Amino acid sequence: MIAVEKLSRRFNRITAVDELTFTIQPGEIVGFLGPNGAGKSTTMKMLTGFLTPTEGQISIDGLSMEKHTKTLQQRIGYLPEGAPLYNDMTVFQFLHFIAGVRGLRGKQRKARLTHVIKKVALQGVLNRQIEKLSKGFRHRIGLAQAIIHDPDILILDEPTDGLDPNQKHEVRELIRALSSDKIVIISTHILEEVTAVCNRAMIIANGKLCFDGTPSELQHRSRYHQAITLHFSYAADISGLAEIEGVDEMVVNRHTGDVTLFPEAGKLIMAPVTEHVSHYRLPVDKFTIESGRLDDVFREITTGSTAEVGV
Amino acid sequence: MGRSLVIARREVGSFFTTPVAYVYLAIFLVLTSVFTFFLGDFYDRGQADLLPFFSFHPWLYLFLVPAIAMRSWAEERKSGSIELLLTLPVSVAEAVIGKFIAYWFILALALAMTMPLWFTVNYLGVPDNGIIIAAYTGSWLMSGAFLAVSLCVSTLTQSQVVAFIVAVVLCFLFVVSGSEIVLDVFKNWATNDVVDTIASFSFMTHFDAMSKGVLAANDILYFLLVIIGWLYAGVIILDENKAV
Repeated sequence: MIAVEKLSRRFNRITAVDELTFTIQPGEIVGFLGPNGAGKSTTMKMLTGFLTPTEGQISIDGLSMEKHTKTLQQRIGYLPEGAPLYNDMTVFQFLHFIAGVRGLRGKQRKARLTHVIKKVALQGVLNRQIEKLSKGFRHRIGLAQAIIHDPDILILDEPTDGLDPNQKHEVRELIRALSSDKIVIISTHILEEVTAVCNRAMIIANGKLCFDGTPSELQHRSRYHQAITLHFSYAADISGLAEIEGVDEMVVNRHTGDVTLFPEAGKLIMAPVTEHVSHYRLPVDKFTIESGRLDDVFREITTGSTAEVGV
Repeated sequence: MGRSLVIARREVGSFFTTPVAYVYLAIFLVLTSVFTFFLGDFYDRGQADLLPFFSFHPWLYLFLVPAIAMRSWAEERKSGSIELLLTLPVSVAEAVIGKFIAYWFILALALAMTMPLWFTVNYLGVPDNGIIIAAYTGSWLMSGAFLAVSLCVSTLTQSQVVAFIVAVVLCFLFVVSGSEIVLDVFKNWATNDVVDTIASFSFMTHFDAMSKGVLAANDILYFLLVIIGWLYAGVIILDENKAV
């Protein structure tokens, strides 16, 4: 368990992280969300023992990071932002080096190396120089070095940044495949990633914790949560739609002609809307129930505007 | 200590992956020969010793050691791999010592490659080999002092060029502080104690006796203290601001 208490970090009077307090239990896959410069990376650097907090405490299973840095670092795997590696080494040399520093020796080292190389599919590039490999490979090597010692805690700073959709999928699969008693913390500003991988989301803005809950709770906060979007094959009388019971507001998108019906707080409007559509024989050719638009929620939370219409 | 050695091995390995390593060693050998034969009048002196070879070592190290050490930490900072290195379960001190060992080993290698000169002297005459061994040891110790200064400077910046220039300037101060030119400035107004203190900071003063084959405890101690002191300073600098 990671316990963080009133964690703050200042750089020359600029406060990057401001009194963060949270705990993370084994089995949780936490997504750190936030705009650039919100303090995600700084928080991660403190969790890995790279930076010392200006104030506050980090402890893992009761051991304080300040006093037991080395012991705790043994248990943490970390992928820094942008996956910095030793570019002049070959992939195998690099992983061999990391395993050596991690204290793996002999048969054990060989077994772990074989395991991670297989797991992130690096067999084809083992003897290539890291410098000459693509970004996707670099991230995979970064991941390989982070899991080489089978850590209890995995901290990944923007693991999918700059990867193509296939590579993103691979990285997510890898994170999901880790065993369920580990702690995984990833930072990202891609919102779909949080719903795809994480079971807990934390939004950090201006160094403060603005939201802490499950990804679906995050979606619930969207005004689009349970809203219904309709598209008509030809122009029809839609005036009645706004009058349906439970519908709070109707918005027509002028470009696409899509009609979106927002429900009143906590109401489900699917049944009355379908009834209305079939009763008036409206020419609906697309019917979508929205699960919530995360980028709206994200913007709302991080820019501090409190207009939470329809929640 | 084991981890320091793993880091040292990596550094040495990295150094030799690029052609720069071989160019560096070649330059080292060419320069030692130039200094020995042209400036040192190796043949005309008519003596079977390596004094002309060793007496130029401080000036050689002045540029070559900062050149080898400039990338050590500056490059780690620039590429961000410092974050990777220092979140591995190694202490800052272990990392600093690891890098020091690596480069000191390379300098030992460069020195060892000048051995043919030693064989030549033995072929031409009957030198006192004890003196030569002592001078080699002294030279290597002094290169360690240059190295510790350069490594410490490299921890301060992301730029290799800045690391190089600042290291050369600092090393230069350590070299010339014992020379007559510098001491004359102080002699007119400062007390003898001050002048002696300034002179005793010089690498030259301490290396002079060593190059003649006298390995005095105070000279050895001086270089060891310089090495430890500057490495410790490097550890403190890294500890205080890991992210620049």
